[in-house]
Amino acid sequence: MGDGSVTKRDLIEEVAQRYPRFSRRDAEVMVNTVFDSMTEALARTERIEIRGFGSFIVKQRPAREGRNPRTGEVVAVAAKKVPLFKVGKELRLRVDGQPLTAAEPDTETKTDTDNAGG
Amino acid sequence: MRPCMTKADIVEHIYEKVGFSKKEATDVVESIFEIIKGHLEKGEKVKISSFGNFVINEKHPRKGRNPQTGEEIIISGRRVLSFKPSPVLKKAINPLLQD
Repeated sequence: MGDGSVTKRDLIEEVAQRYPRFSRRDAEVMVNTVFDSMTEALARTERIEIRGFGSFIVKQRPAREGRNPRTGEVVAVAAKKVPLFKVGKELRLRVDGQPLTAAEPDTETKTDTDNAGG
Repeated sequence: MRPCMTKADIVEHIYEKVGFSKKEATDVVESIFEIIKGHLEKGEKVKISSFGNFVINEKHPRKGRNPQTGEEIIISGRRVLSFKPSPVLKKAINPLLQD
C-alpha cells in the first residue's frame, strides 16, 4: 500500500482483520471467489451489476484493419470482446469528493463486526 | 443463462465454496466492495491480479460548449474512476483469440 496502490493481497489482509473469526485462508478464498465468479460471468458474456459500485458489460468489437504504427503496414485485427466498467453513482461521487448525503468520515464504521479491536 | 450477475450471485458462490452462513457471506461481500470503495475514495489505485486495476484519473478543467445554446462553459476538473482489465480477464473472455 506504500505507493498509494492496494493489491488483492492487501484486500485479503483487511478482510482477515475485519473478521477475526475467519482464518486468513478463508479470507483469501472469499476474495478470490468474488473475482473468479465475476470473471466467469464475463466469460459467459453476462452483465454484472454491483449496487453502489458499478456495472460490467462485455462488448463485441468488430474486426478491423489496423496499422503497425512503426512500419505503417496494414494488419488485420480480429473481432474480439472487451469488458467495460461503468462506475455507479455513489462511487462516482465519492471518488470525486462529493458526499452522496451528509458528509461522512472515510472510515468504514458500517459493519457490525469490526469493533474487535477494542 | 442468467442475464445479469448481482451481489446475491456472488454470495451464492461463496456460500457454496466456504460454507459459512448466507448472512456471513453477504456481510463479507459487502465489506469487500466497501473496502475497495474506501481506497478508491482516498485516490488509491486498487490492483486485483488476474482481474484488473481500478485507477483514479485526475481530469483538468476544460472549456466546453453547451451544444444547445453554443454558450461557452468551463467544465470543472474532477476525479474519475476507470477500470483496466488484466490480460487474464481479456483471455477468459476471448479464449480462442491469439494474443
